[in-house]
Amino acid sequence: MTIIKTSIGRRSFIKSTALAGGGFMLGISWLAACKSGTKEAEALLTMPKEWFDLTGFLKIGENGVVTILSPNPEIGQNVKTSMPMIVAEELDCDWKNVIVEQAPLNTAIFTRQIAGGSESIKESWKPLRTAGAAARQMLREAAAQAWQVPVDEITTEAGVLKHEKSGKSAGYGEMASAAAKIAVPKEVKMKDAKDFKIIGTPRKNVDGLKIVTGQPLYGFDYKREGMLIAMIASPPSFGMKLKSVDGTAAKAMPGIKDVFTIKVYEDSYQKQWCDTEAFNEKVVVVGNTTWEVMQAKKALKIEWEPFASYTENVQGWGGPQKVTVPGGLENSADQRKKMADLTAKPANVLRKDGDPEAAFKSAAQIVERTYTAPFLAHNTMEPMNFFAHVTADKAELVGPIQTPEFMEQTVSKRLGLPIDKIDIQMTRMGGGFGRRLYGHFLVEAAVISKQVNAPVKLVYSREDDMMAGVYRPAYHVTYRAALDANKNLVGFHIRGGGTSESPVHANRFPAGAVDNYLAEDWTLTTNVSTGAWRAPGSNFIAGAEQAFLDELAEVMGKDPIEFRLELFDKAKKSPVGKDNDYDADRYAGVIREVKEKSGWANPPAGVHRGVSAYFCHNSYVAQVVDMVVENGKPVVQKIHAAVDCGILVNPIAATNLCEGGMVDGMGHALYSAMTFKNGTPEQVNFDKYRLIRMSEAPKAIDVHFVKSNADPTGLGEPLNPPIIGAVANALYKATGKRVYDQPFMGGAAVLG
Amino acid sequence: MHFNSKNYPSIAYFYAANHSSLHNLTIMANFTLNINGKQQQVDVDPATPMLWVLRDHLNLVGTKYGCGVAQCGACTIHLGDVAMRSCILPVSQVGNQPITTIEGLSENGDHPVQQAWLEHDVAQCGYCQAGQIMNAAALLKANPKPSDAEIEGAMNGNICRCATYVRIKAAIKTAANS
Repeated sequence: MTIIKTSIGRRSFIKSTALAGGGFMLGISWLAACKSGTKEAEALLTMPKEWFDLTGFLKIGENGVVTILSPNPEIGQNVKTSMPMIVAEELDCDWKNVIVEQAPLNTAIFTRQIAGGSESIKESWKPLRTAGAAARQMLREAAAQAWQVPVDEITTEAGVLKHEKSGKSAGYGEMASAAAKIAVPKEVKMKDAKDFKIIGTPRKNVDGLKIVTGQPLYGFDYKREGMLIAMIASPPSFGMKLKSVDGTAAKAMPGIKDVFTIKVYEDSYQKQWCDTEAFNEKVVVVGNTTWEVMQAKKALKIEWEPFASYTENVQGWGGPQKVTVPGGLENSADQRKKMADLTAKPANVLRKDGDPEAAFKSAAQIVERTYTAPFLAHNTMEPMNFFAHVTADKAELVGPIQTPEFMEQTVSKRLGLPIDKIDIQMTRMGGGFGRRLYGHFLVEAAVISKQVNAPVKLVYSREDDMMAGVYRPAYHVTYRAALDANKNLVGFHIRGGGTSESPVHANRFPAGAVDNYLAEDWTLTTNVSTGAWRAPGSNFIAGAEQAFLDELAEVMGKDPIEFRLELFDKAKKSPVGKDNDYDADRYAGVIREVKEKSGWANPPAGVHRGVSAYFCHNSYVAQVVDMVVENGKPVVQKIHAAVDCGILVNPIAATNLCEGGMVDGMGHALYSAMTFKNGTPEQVNFDKYRLIRMSEAPKAIDVHFVKSNADPTGLGEPLNPPIIGAVANALYKATGKRVYDQPFMGGAAVLG
Repeated sequence: MHFNSKNYPSIAYFYAANHSSLHNLTIMANFTLNINGKQQQVDVDPATPMLWVLRDHLNLVGTKYGCGVAQCGACTIHLGDVAMRSCILPVSQVGNQPITTIEGLSENGDHPVQQAWLEHDVAQCGYCQAGQIMNAAALLKANPKPSDAEIEGAMNGNICRCATYVRIKAAIKTAANS
C-alpha cells in the first residue's frame, strides 16, 4: 500500500464544477458498449436526481451512478476509457456504474491536459489514482460519521461501504451527499497492484456505441444555432504569401455571407512552440453551408507572391529565440541533395566516447550505409476544424485540439481577452498523430468569429489540410561501423540530420555499448513547416538504426537477435560513457520475449523474417515481421511484438493501439511521401498520397506484454518507429535487396 | 433565381445547373429523398453531394467527410443495397432510390456488423468507422460469406489512418458468421 499526499484542494474542485456547468451531465454508459451494445442497454443506467462532486475528478449520484471526468484530449489512443479506469480502480467502484465524460479544460485540477508524447497515462497515473483514492476516503469518512464507528474499520468493495462489526453497509450513492461536505484528505492510501480489479482487465471503448451508430462526437460534427461555415485559402506553395484578393464573384454566390482576409497571429506576436504555421495571412470565405462555401472558394481571384526571408519571434523550449524563415520555392530533389552534402562533412558533435577516429583508421573493415526518408503529412481522417463563438467579453471554442492548455494562452493573447474568458471544449478527435498539437486553426476560427460576429465553424478541405501541413521532417543519416580483423565491432559513427530538425540522439542505443562512438548532427533550414508526427524524433531513425544493425550482424556473421543481446549485455555489464538513455535489461527483455514468442529459431516454411527493437517515448518494443512473397509482391503474414510498458492498464485497447501503431508505421515506410516542386505540395489528396490499405496490412498480429510492476508508460508512439526496421530487414530476406530510401515501395500503384 | 420541382430534374437540367454554378447562376431545386425510411425534403443546388445534404441540411453527421474525391470511403452510404461514396454523389442523381446512412443501419445499434465492431473493440479514433461499417454491411448483403481476399478487395477503398485493418477484417468475419 502506498500513501501519497494529495494536491487536490477545495477551491479547484469548485472551479471545475462551475466550468462543467454543474448539474446533470449525460453521457454514454460503458455498459452499452461493453455488454450487449444496444441503446436499450444504455438505458439500464438510470440517471440520478442529483450529483455530488468529489475531488473535481468525479461525481456520484444519490443512486450510486458515478461520473468520471477524463481529463486529456482523446485522439484515438483510448485515454477516455483508460484514464477513468484508473480513477475507478482507486475509488473501488463497480465499472458497470460508471459514466465517462470529457473533462473541461481546467489546469487548476487536471495536470497536463495534453495528448502528446505518449504521456497521458504515464504523467496522470498518480494524480488519477490519488483522485479516486481521495474520493473513496471521503466516502469512508462520511460512513464512519453516519455510523459512529472508526473510519479504519470501514471497507469498500465495488461501490459499497461496509462495517463488518456492526453489519452496516451502504452504497456510495447513499453517502455521496455527506462525503461531498468532507474536506479532501491530505494523504491517501493507494491499492497494491495485486489488488487491482479494473486495471489490467479489458474494458471496451466508452464511446464505442456512439461511434458505430454515427452519433455526433467530433469537431466536424459540431453544430450551433445560427452557426456559419468558414473555409480558408492559404498560399498554394511554401515560400508564397498573399498579394491581393478579389472576392467580388465569390461574395455574390448563393449562401455566402462574407469574404475577407485575416492574420492568424499579429506581427509582433511571440509564437509558442505549438503556434507553428507557415502562412500567416489567409483569405476567408464565410457562408451558410459547407458546399456553398467550397464553391465560392473556387471563385476567389487571388494573387500570391514569393516572400523574402523573414524573422519570427518564438518562445522555444530553451527560451525566446529568433527564427529565420528562408524565402524561396523549394524542391524535394534539391533538399535531398543538400542533405546528402551536409551528411558528407563533419557536423555538430553530440557525443563522443573513446577514440572513434583511431578506431576507424585502424579498422580492418568499415561498413557504411545511408538512409533517407521524405516529409510526411499527418492526414488525420478528420481534417482540421474548430468551432468558435467570440463576443466582446468571451470566447467559446469547441473542437479537436491536442494542446488546449497551450492554445488557451495563444487565443487569449490574440483576442485580448483574459484566460478566464476563454472556454475551450475538447471533442473526440478523428486522429491526432501530432498535427493537432499545432492549433493555428483554433485561432483562425476565433478571429473569423470575431470578424463576422457570429458562431462559426472553420473547416479545412482535405486539400487545405494536406497542403498547409506541419509535416514530419525529411531526414538523411549515414551509419558507419568499424570492425577489426576478427569482425569485432570496435567503432560506431552516426551522422545525420533533417529539415529543421535532427533525428540523431546523443545517448540512445547503441551509445553505451560500443567503446569508440561518435554521434554528429546538422539541420537544414527550410520554409516548409515541420513538427511532431507520431513518435517525433524516432519515426525515422529507429528504422535506419535497426536496418543498419541487421546488415552489420550479417557482415559479422551473427544472428541479428544474438548480436543485439551481446550489445545490451555489454551496455549492462560495462557501459561506455554516461547518460545512456535506456535500461539495457528491459531492452534485452523485450528482445528475448519476441524471440521466444515468435519461435525465432524455427520460422514457418517459406517465411522470411526481420527483427527490430527500439526504446522511445518510455516504452520498450521488439518486433519480428514474417514476410512471404506472393505474385512477386511482399506480403506481411504476421507481426510478433513484445512490449514493456510497465503495468498494463487496459489490455484490449493497448493491443489495438499496438496493432495500429505497427500497421501505420509499416504503411508509411512502404508507401507514403510528401514531396514539393517549387514549394508546392505534389500530393494534395489520397489519390496521390498513398496510405496503407487493408489488402496491404499484415494478415495477423500477436502482441505480447512483458509482465511488470513498473508504473505504466504509453503506447501511442513506441510501436510505430521500430516496425520500419523490421519490415526493411524482412524485405531483404524476402527479396535479397536491402532498402535504404523510404518509401520502400515508392512506385506502388495507388489503390482507390 | 429559384426553381422548385417535385420531380427529379432532367439530366439536361442537372448539367446546366451543375455548370451554371461556375457562373454564379446556381439554381436551387427541391428534392424529396427517402433516407433511413423517412421522406425528407431539401432545397439545394442540384450539384450538392449527398454528403453535405446529409450533414448540413438533414443533421445526419454520422456520414463523414474525409477527402471529397471518393478516395477514402469515410462518406460511404447505401443507395439501395449498394455502397456509394456520398461525397461525389450529387443529390440530383439520387431520385427515388432509398438511402441508408449509419444512423439508419439499425434501430438500436444492433446490426450484426455494428455488434461485431463492438465485440472486437475496433475503433481507435473512430472517425472512419461509420464508412467502414457501411461498406462492410453492403459487402455482406451481397456476399454473406466472403473470403479474406474478397473482404480485402471490397474494403480496400476505405482508409483507416489509425490502421485498425486487422480488427476490421476480424469483425467482418464475425458478422459473417453471426
